[in-house]
Amino acid sequence: MKLLILGANSDVAYYIAKKFAKSERSSLFMASRNQKLLAKKVEDLKIRYLVEVKALFFDATDYESHRNFYDSLDTKPDGVIICFGFLGDQKKAQRDFIESRQIIETNYLGAVNILEIIAEDFERRGHGLIIGISSVAGERGRKSNYIYGSAKGALTIYLSGLRNRLNKRNVRVITVLPGFIRTKMTENLDLPQKLIAEPEEVAEDIYQAYIKNKDVIYSKSFWKWIMLVIKMIPENLFKRTNI
Amino acid sequence: MKLFGWGKYPVIQVEESYFESIEQLKSKLSIPGDYIVHGMGRSYGDSALNRRVIFSSKFNKILNFDPINGVVICESGMTISELIEVFLPRGWFLSVTPGTKFITVGGAIASDVHGKNHHKAGCFSEFVRSFDLMLSNGEIVHCTRENNSELFRATCGGMGLTGIILTVKLKLQQIQSSFIRETLISCKNLEEIFNLFEEHSLVTYSVAWIDCLAKGKNLGRSILMLGEHEDSGKLNHSFKQKWMVPFDLPHICLNRYSVSLFNHFYYNLTPKYIREHLVRIDNFFYPLDKIAHWNRLYGHRGFTQYQLVLSKESSFEGLKKILQMIGASGLGSFLAVLKLFGTQNDNYLSFPKKGYTLALDFKIHPKLFSFLRELDRVVLDHEGRLYLAKDVRMAREVFIKGYPKYEKFEELREMMEMKMKFNSLQSKRLGV
Repeated sequence: MKLLILGANSDVAYYIAKKFAKSERSSLFMASRNQKLLAKKVEDLKIRYLVEVKALFFDATDYESHRNFYDSLDTKPDGVIICFGFLGDQKKAQRDFIESRQIIETNYLGAVNILEIIAEDFERRGHGLIIGISSVAGERGRKSNYIYGSAKGALTIYLSGLRNRLNKRNVRVITVLPGFIRTKMTENLDLPQKLIAEPEEVAEDIYQAYIKNKDVIYSKSFWKWIMLVIKMIPENLFKRTNI
Repeated sequence: MKLFGWGKYPVIQVEESYFESIEQLKSKLSIPGDYIVHGMGRSYGDSALNRRVIFSSKFNKILNFDPINGVVICESGMTISELIEVFLPRGWFLSVTPGTKFITVGGAIASDVHGKNHHKAGCFSEFVRSFDLMLSNGEIVHCTRENNSELFRATCGGMGLTGIILTVKLKLQQIQSSFIRETLISCKNLEEIFNLFEEHSLVTYSVAWIDCLAKGKNLGRSILMLGEHEDSGKLNHSFKQKWMVPFDLPHICLNRYSVSLFNHFYYNLTPKYIREHLVRIDNFFYPLDKIAHWNRLYGHRGFTQYQLVLSKESSFEGLKKILQMIGASGLGSFLAVLKLFGTQNDNYLSFPKKGYTLALDFKIHPKLFSFLRELDRVVLDHEGRLYLAKDVRMAREVFIKGYPKYEKFEELREMMEMKMKFNSLQSKRLGV
């Protein structure tokens, strides 16, 4: 399988690449902005797994470039994983629309634009795999991160619609809803240790979702129950909470 | 977050940070304050603890591999476990490996770890061709035995106190199979095991399990384990953690009676002599890695490991005395290991030196620290010293008597302004 990983410098992306290279002998297209950091990871993966790995430049919010980016791939991938995202700063986003826009563009618009291009190709070819990493933050709006949450919520709905559209064309769409992951994104947050997943655990969950033909998964799986409870709280109570 | 070493004592609150590129590290280091790098947290005591820690776990890429000579260049957060996973199937293995593979390459250098082949191969640093070191001002220095040799000798065994180890060039050894031919020999007492170590000094790997609670004529009864790489067969590697200790056991579980009982059965159920049976590399080198979180066996108070080495001439007398004291105290544990080291290297703070080393686990107990101070005196009386990677309580006086090159190390720390930037609880306690 040829796998295209977008946002390949993210912590989870590296472990997804490892998992698929090891277990599926996948060849990899790793796409991101920081080419220096990416080059190091590409070399690492090549040495470890003796598979073909290529570094590509990709900017999620440079929409104009997406068509050209995909067209210029010499062979087209069988699967794509969306790993890019931007947590941003909620407080800053409340004051400053530039921050809000950055959050919405990176998490949502960037994903929509590139996925429509890829979905068109997969639909025509009649096979393909699309994995989108969304977030449990998109399940219900909270004051601490609702700009990010709303962008991820939109992504979750988008992926659900895409799955519905492509189902008959043999294209699978997997939505991944991680909770807290120990990554660059969460480094400066004070999070409850017991709820934090390691990036390799999330990568393992994603691989298992692929193997077991799942549509939507939570990672770690206990988030399913946490979110079930959170979603059940009536709004007139929820608005008073501090979670 | 809360952080602790492998002994789960002490537990402290730390501010943690990570890096995956040199640029990120540089900007973190430019923030005022002192730091210690934390790898896999397998050193037992407080040597990788500080109020601010920098985790190396994301700085873990393989940068280059030369398949002709078996030389790998990797970042310091790379683990031995991953090196084995990648290179064992291609016929390469670590030239020196300690008793767990869940350590980083950077940690292996900082503690200058040793293995069952120390008497023949020396320490981990023997196979380190070079490394890059980030100094306190963010400058990066390439260290080899020839260039910046002083920094090289200070950093190997330097407990992370000289700077941050970045990329490492490491020589692996070629192997023909993923099996070891192991021989086990039971020994009735200390004299017998000493003779056997001498007799088998040409064997590549040797180590002994010792019953540290046996008394009288059984004092020093032990099982010698010898090994050689098998020279034909398969090169496959599969590893699964088979068991897990799910939570801290009540600290009362390990006591002198349960440990005595375990030791009695372990000694008596092992046949007197097993000749050259084949065991997997993982089972030979890393038996305890099969049990995830085995440090929870000692309960929530935690434990420490006391590892000493005595000069060879006085090893027999010294060990006899130490074993008698441990037997009488009833504080001993079921993990006690004896080995004959080869000659020492010229690194400033590397632990091994010619003589016998003994390592024992003790659970943290109100009586423990005064007892260990008594042991310290015996160790110093027999030209011995304690291993910094295991230590959590040694006094400065014991440190400086055991490590005569400490002055050079401290001068270098002073001169290169390392004391402002790189400290651990251990370095502060020892006044290094």
